[in-house]
Amino acid sequence: MSEPIVQVRNLTKRFGSFTAVDGVSFEIRKGEILGLLGPNGAGKTTTIQMLLGLITPTDGDITMFGLPFDRHREEILGRVNFSSTYVSMPQALTVEENLWVVARLYGLDRIASRIDDVVKRFEMEEFRAKVTRKLSSGQMTRLSLAKAFLTEPQVLFLDEPTASLDPDIADKTRSLIKEIRRTAGLTVLYTSHNMREMEEMSDRIIFLQRGRIVAEGTAEVIKARYGETDLEEVFLKLARDPSPGASRP
Amino acid sequence: MKLHRITALLYRHLCLYKRSFPRLLEIIYWPFVDLVIWGFITLYLQQFKEALPNFVLFFLGALILWDVLFRAQQGITISFLEEIWSRNLMNLFASPLTPGEFLAATMALSVGKVLTVSCVTVLAAFAFYSFNVFVIGLSLIPFVLNLIVAGWCVGVLTTGLIMRYGQEVEVLAWGLVFLFQPISCVFYPMSVLPGWLQAIAQMNPAAHVFEGMRAVITTGVFPTSELVWAVGLNAMYLAALVFWFHLMFAACKEKGLLVRVGE
Ligand SMILES: Nc1ncnc2c1ncn2[C@@H]1O[C@H](COP(=O)(O)OP(=O)(O)OP(=O)(O)O)[C@@H](O)[C@H]1O
Ligand SMILES: [Mg+2]
Repeated sequence: MSEPIVQVRNLTKRFGSFTAVDGVSFEIRKGEILGLLGPNGAGKTTTIQMLLGLITPTDGDITMFGLPFDRHREEILGRVNFSSTYVSMPQALTVEENLWVVARLYGLDRIASRIDDVVKRFEMEEFRAKVTRKLSSGQMTRLSLAKAFLTEPQVLFLDEPTASLDPDIADKTRSLIKEIRRTAGLTVLYTSHNMREMEEMSDRIIFLQRGRIVAEGTAEVIKARYGETDLEEVFLKLARDPSPGASRP
Repeated sequence: MKLHRITALLYRHLCLYKRSFPRLLEIIYWPFVDLVIWGFITLYLQQFKEALPNFVLFFLGALILWDVLFRAQQGITISFLEEIWSRNLMNLFASPLTPGEFLAATMALSVGKVLTVSCVTVLAAFAFYSFNVFVIGLSLIPFVLNLIVAGWCVGVLTTGLIMRYGQEVEVLAWGLVFLFQPISCVFYPMSVLPGWLQAIAQMNPAAHVFEGMRAVITTGVFPTSELVWAVGLNAMYLAALVFWFHLMFAACKEKGLLVRVGE
């Protein structure tokens, strides 16, 4: 088995008296795609934002590439990137200018050819010179993905990355993620509310509810454990269970 | 500190001006309006020249210099607001960028803004009122530098407050600096203030700059002690405020506000 790239131990976030993430522990191995599943407010985004250093955990440890996050923030973040449907980019800049800024922020070389490359991969030729304000929401999502892939990260955090993509581009994005995983050993943490996508993409799934892990394993294992043939049925079963953790067989 | 991250932010902000006419206009508009009003007031007061010497220098000089401080502050605060408005803070701080590098970039930007606006004002003052700000002499330069740093201090303060308390306090970006104007003794000497206010003004680096400028105009002697006061106070405040900004930044990450400002 390959080495763990991301290690999370007892990760906890409390906002005042409210616990958003509650003692979560997991590992992601090199080249693995881990799916984070759970109802609205389960703590998926909060977990990802702690892994990006945007939110300080109340408790617990994060280690990436064998380095403790809090003492190696800059080095780790240089090798990591993220994309989310809910994050924007400077509206008055063109797509290309925005990518330039990102490339310089991460200290990349060969910037022009790297930008050409992601523009081609995400089929953005038509709007690469457009001002970001004028993009459709799907085009904006593609820009956000292109930004994440531009820096050739070793770990990618994707928070509902395909939420506003048309089926064609969504499918291409999934293929691209798998391809880079195969060729470069990309490690991915993924959230989505699309169960089919979850099953197709994830090597392993963690089901989060009220900040806690209530189920964990491959899609097959989880489905078998709950006696369902469909991940969506498992989701409904878990999400509608009023007592967290109690449904754990 | 990595230079490429600072230049990345500079490039990002310069792109804004490339395509935005209102932003370009802003650089010319305010100094121009100020100058027209104060210029005419000065011309009017010139009629009493005998009684009040050096009025032109006092007023137009003070106006141009106050604008230096104001622009330096705006350079920092508005750059931060631009990131809030475009919901870009997450992209920035999920990258290796540090808050120190972010501040450094906004400070560099504010110097750029000050230089551009000052050129406009100085040229306009010369064109309309034949007022040459450099008659004050080269002693102007160290004072201008101190005004920029004083502007940074107010800029870092307002930015930290907006980051921490959100868009409700956004008006501070334009308002807070004017709280310092009365105790900066821009248009009048410190001696006209009541005693207790003088004590407060003494702690304001900008007040020492304006006192110093008036001393140069009236006596022609370079007021070293005013400059030393300004430099000392500025250094102290800037160091303290940058430290405080880092504390605010940490508090925002703690409360999960960094990913929420602007929402
Ligand atoms: N800064 C904050 N202050 C207070 N509460 C917060 C903050 N950020 C998140 N929360 C709360 O933490 C919980 C988890 O939120 P989070 O965004 O992680 O959920 P999620 O699993 O991503 O949900 P969704 O599927 O809707 O995206 C929610 O109840 C949310 O209200
Ligand atoms: Mg979420």
